[in-house]
Amino acid sequence: MRSAESSAGLSPPRPPLLRWFVLAAMVIGMLLPIVPLVIWSFAFRWSFPDLLPERWSLRAWRYLAAPESQVLPALRDSLLLAGAVTLLATLIGAPAGRALGMYRFRGRALIEMLILAPLIVPAFAVSLGIQIVFIRYGLADTFLGVVLVHLVPATPYMALVMAGVFANFDRQYEDLARTLGARPLQVWRWVTLPAVLPGLVVGALFVFLISWSQYALTLIIGGGRLVTLPMLLFAFARSGDHAVTAALSLVFIAPAVVLLALIARFLGAAPAAGGIRGL
Amino acid sequence: MFWSADPERPRIWLMLAPMLAVVFLLFGGGLFFALIQSFGYLPLIGQTEFSLAAYVTVLRQSSFLASLLLTLYIATTSTVIATALAVTAALAIRATTRGRQALSFIFQFNLPIPHLVGAVAMADLLSQSGLLARLAAAFGLIDDPGQFPVLVFDRAGVGIIAEYVWKETAFIGVTVLAVLHAIGPEYEELARSLGANRWQRFRLVLLPLMLPGVLAASVIAFAFSFGAFEAPYLLGASYPQVLPVLAYKRYTAVDLAARAEAMALCVIITLVAGAAIVAYLHVSRRYLRREAD
Repeated sequence: MRSAESSAGLSPPRPPLLRWFVLAAMVIGMLLPIVPLVIWSFAFRWSFPDLLPERWSLRAWRYLAAPESQVLPALRDSLLLAGAVTLLATLIGAPAGRALGMYRFRGRALIEMLILAPLIVPAFAVSLGIQIVFIRYGLADTFLGVVLVHLVPATPYMALVMAGVFANFDRQYEDLARTLGARPLQVWRWVTLPAVLPGLVVGALFVFLISWSQYALTLIIGGGRLVTLPMLLFAFARSGDHAVTAALSLVFIAPAVVLLALIARFLGAAPAAGGIRGL
Repeated sequence: MFWSADPERPRIWLMLAPMLAVVFLLFGGGLFFALIQSFGYLPLIGQTEFSLAAYVTVLRQSSFLASLLLTLYIATTSTVIATALAVTAALAIRATTRGRQALSFIFQFNLPIPHLVGAVAMADLLSQSGLLARLAAAFGLIDDPGQFPVLVFDRAGVGIIAEYVWKETAFIGVTVLAVLHAIGPEYEELARSLGANRWQRFRLVLLPLMLPGVLAASVIAFAFSFGAFEAPYLLGASYPQVLPVLAYKRYTAVDLAARAEAMALCVIITLVAGAAIVAYLHVSRRYLRREAD
């Protein structure tokens, strides 16, 4: 009970032994599902009931690099798609975030609800509904069409992150720079941008991940023509090749985990969601 | 309130315009066209009359009720389990001083992992020849894969629930950690100085303070898992199927008339997810008002 006494106000209503059990269970629970993926990706033969493969091999990884697996073009398309979505969502969402975070105006609560709605209503239903319009305007089965439909969940995220950032931004710095003779672009470049950059980067990383992980929307609007990594992963998962599916899964999550580490750096010790107000 | 005197006021709407275009044209448009197609307005196949036929067809199918119940069951169970685990783990992390940063990182490391990968991982973990079955064999609990319970592609959706719990625990947990961070230790210290014991400090101080944040995260997780498609598409049984998978199946059916049924299912999914949010807003408003009194 010594540690409980020393950290008085911080301790939850449970003895330390139970706490260590909870923490150990949490760590195992979080990491265990990834273990079979890592093992499978290096397995040549791994039959039941062996805990480790009889033979190891780099076959799956070599196959991913080979042209016939289509992984490299899919990787390129996924990066292009997520990059385009991130750029557009930033250009669209960040100004909206500024408006919501910095100003009080009539109808602000309503606008906030409207921007929240696409995060709550399943994007899946929206994309099935809009596909018919995309067909009419030649956007179905195209890169641009998929970018547009990815904007539906991506832009509100950016707007909300930036609303949180701009709520803590003091407009007087901009006024001060203006009084000192700075032109609008200079104010933006030297005052506003440096102040909101960490939030902007975090928002952009999240938006990138939203687009990067998207399967259903790409499938429905891309019609199977735009083959991103998740499309390929799904096909491999259905084919039953455990090793290749596992290796591709790891390729698919690698950028995500790297980006999370970056986000954690940008936000310091605070958990990632600390930067996202209202989520 | 001097907002009307703000010289930047016209610029506010200019800043909001592109975002509102996305919301109204893409999001609103998608919902609108899902709605009119669900009423049978499908000029592509020569139908321009509005009717409720698709809803009648969908609601009459015996598979619909099974799908609705399965979807509700999966979304509710996974959200409740994930919320309980998230709160427990977040409190344990907060009480730890050494290694707290590493623990929080592990806690949220699966946050950016796509659900599709989560589903693949669960299949390799929980299937009858998966890692858990191998561990069970190593401990002598089973002799062959057939003796291990069916946890994926099963009618009870255990694999899907496990995938959602895995992902949502991190999502809700990160929110809880942020909320706890914002609350700080002062209230608990005050309660302690007034003689409150551990349980009272949790029940009467911490829980009410963190409840709004926890509830918000849980409702978002519920709405997400109710309308998500990836994990059940990969891990689900062929019958019953969750509503989004059912909608997609009707959508890709050769029979074009099934499209109206797919849209009716989309509208129903949207209504249920929307109802969860409205119920949450109602509860949280009442709760906030009571706090203010």
